[in-house]
Amino acid sequence: MSASIEIRNVTKRYGGLTVLEDISLSIAAGEFVVFLGPSGCGKSTLLRMVAGLEALDGGTIDLGGTRIDTLPPGKRGVAMVFQSYALYPHMTVAQNMGFGLENIGMAREDIARRVTAAADVLEIAHLLDRKPAKLSGGQRQRVAIGRAIVKEPKAFLFDEPLSNLDAALRGRTRLELAQLHARLGSTMIFVTHDQVEAMTLADRIVVMHNRRIEQIGTPMEIYRRPATRFVAGFVGTPAISILGVKAAELGPRGLTVDLGSAGVLQTRLQLPVAVPAAGGLEIGIRPEDVTVVPPGGDGIPARAEVVEHLGERTLVYARLPDGQQITAEADGRSTLRAGTEVKLRLDPDALHLFAADGRAFHVDAGGYDG
Amino acid sequence: MAESWRRSQWRNGLFALPFLVTFAAFLVFPLIWGFWLSLHKVDLFGPGRFVGFDNYVKVLRDPQFRQALLNTLIFVATTVPTLVALGLFLALALNHLTRATAFLRGLFFASSVLSVTIVTLIWRIVFIPNDGLIALVFDHLGWAQIGFLSTKGWSLFSVGVATVWWCIGLPMMLFLAALQQIPVDHYEAAALDNANRWRVLTRITLPAIRRTVLLVAIIQVVMQFQLFGQAQLMTNGGPAGSSRPLVMYIYEVGFIRWEVGRAAAASEILFLIILCAAMIQYVVATRNQEGV
Ligand SMILES: Nc1ncnc2c1ncn2[C@@H]1O[C@H](COP(=O)(O)OP(=O)(O)O)[C@@H](O)[C@H]1O
Ligand SMILES: [Mg+2]
Repeated sequence: MSASIEIRNVTKRYGGLTVLEDISLSIAAGEFVVFLGPSGCGKSTLLRMVAGLEALDGGTIDLGGTRIDTLPPGKRGVAMVFQSYALYPHMTVAQNMGFGLENIGMAREDIARRVTAAADVLEIAHLLDRKPAKLSGGQRQRVAIGRAIVKEPKAFLFDEPLSNLDAALRGRTRLELAQLHARLGSTMIFVTHDQVEAMTLADRIVVMHNRRIEQIGTPMEIYRRPATRFVAGFVGTPAISILGVKAAELGPRGLTVDLGSAGVLQTRLQLPVAVPAAGGLEIGIRPEDVTVVPPGGDGIPARAEVVEHLGERTLVYARLPDGQQITAEADGRSTLRAGTEVKLRLDPDALHLFAADGRAFHVDAGGYDG
Repeated sequence: MAESWRRSQWRNGLFALPFLVTFAAFLVFPLIWGFWLSLHKVDLFGPGRFVGFDNYVKVLRDPQFRQALLNTLIFVATTVPTLVALGLFLALALNHLTRATAFLRGLFFASSVLSVTIVTLIWRIVFIPNDGLIALVFDHLGWAQIGFLSTKGWSLFSVGVATVWWCIGLPMMLFLAALQQIPVDHYEAAALDNANRWRVLTRITLPAIRRTVLLVAIIQVVMQFQLFGQAQLMTNGGPAGSSRPLVMYIYEVGFIRWEVGRAAAASEILFLIILCAAMIQYVVATRNQEGV
């Protein structure tokens, strides 16, 4: 039932404003792909072009080997779950779910069978005779998903379907969506600006920013080997710390960076010749790679400005003598308090190096992979 | 604390006072006074004489009243559905904003601004025999002339056409406002659900604006039962009273024949009819809503 999706050189303009430029992307059959990016980067627009709700200004979209961007929405074999759910307010839950099947002239018994089956899966069988106004937010959400399931589409499209739920429900629904995908094995595209949703649900994440795709990769690739400074900064909570590089020198063992008051670090980073070893370079380091040294130990001096005791770990937002901010992690049992002086140690092999143009370099394999 | 709260609540009522006074003076009082009048034989001179429901009996037995009632019922039964259907059609056709639709919306609404005198003047020019617009067109096509304002049947029809033209702006605007309230994503979901235009209209659009359809219908029923100016100015109720509406009957009885009590009785009957019509519509429509 699932089908691959091929997006080729797709461009979208609103008047003079280009929202998406030359986007290309292949999605395998049965894959769960998440479009991740800040608000306004064009995620919904791209999804709606797959659905047929927006016209393309260039490029093509194939679904299961058939070109669909010239077909009307209903003929594409996709189902969409809207952020607002878009349930028909005067129809019952059963009518909402069956409407699409009625429209293609399916027999009543077949519709009833599919609706009942989907309602059982989603545990909304007892709600079938209710109108949407009499449902809670979470129940409406299930109906919207049910309306998509009964169509047995080649691909599911989700536009921020969890953003109207409260935190607890969001977590649970996220899990259920993952289970649903595992069971149906359908191709799914899921749009979100929430990186936790993206990290937990996706087979692959498509990070979008500024009209373009910044990076496509598995959640771990995106986190461990961000292709650009933007991706590194967008993914990960608390955010990666960025420090300016005063000077850098490429030696036989790798790059040595002078981080000013954060010290001089010898890394195993190898740089392609094209990148100038000085000027506009920055490094990024994640909080878990910056540790607070126990009292008496040796490290970079900093001042803890905010300390968050989270139980399993302690987050320390510190300021270096030259004014730069850095986030560090300490043991969960730490009794550290804000305002105290701490010593920090940076893991030199966990550094990400950012060139002036935003490209990122990493230690393990080195080089550029954007 | 509690004392000042209670007092301030009482004082809040003062804000409603201007309205209540106006309401009482111009609606409640005339209604009661009208009812009181309808129980008396009153003319211009003297205080009047109590006659009980005599006026009502006389009015109901009056063939002129019955004719006027029938005329009015026919008029309401034809103009109101036309206004609702045509208003809805125009609103659906103009429910997207371009320069052309903005102009057309303005055009269709413009007639509502005119006074009844101007409206009837315009339509007399259209309908009048020999030199009227329709007469010229019929001449050109070689068709037999119709005396639109002077033939039984056609005269009420002509008044109806002028009325629809005059009143179409408000229904259209109300429907447009209701259509704008329907979320776009309902239509998008319907597109993904393969709904054709007819299914979208009957399953998405009409159910969503049902309350407005009811509102427009009630407003129009109340308004069209009170038909007067157009009939008075276009046909003067003729020929042979075939286009005389109830309000015109009331006017003639009260201010030409000076039988004020009887006119008041006819007014009370009209009031009751309008009230019942509006209530029935409301009850039927809201019961349907629960059933579906
Ligand atoms: N109908 C429209 N007309 C003009 N601009 C639009 C329209 N829809 C979206 N945009 C613009 O396109 C950009 C991308 O929008 P969208 O795809 O909704 O972003 P996202 O879903 O990533 O938040 C935004 O800058 C938005 O302002
Ligand atoms: Mg969006």
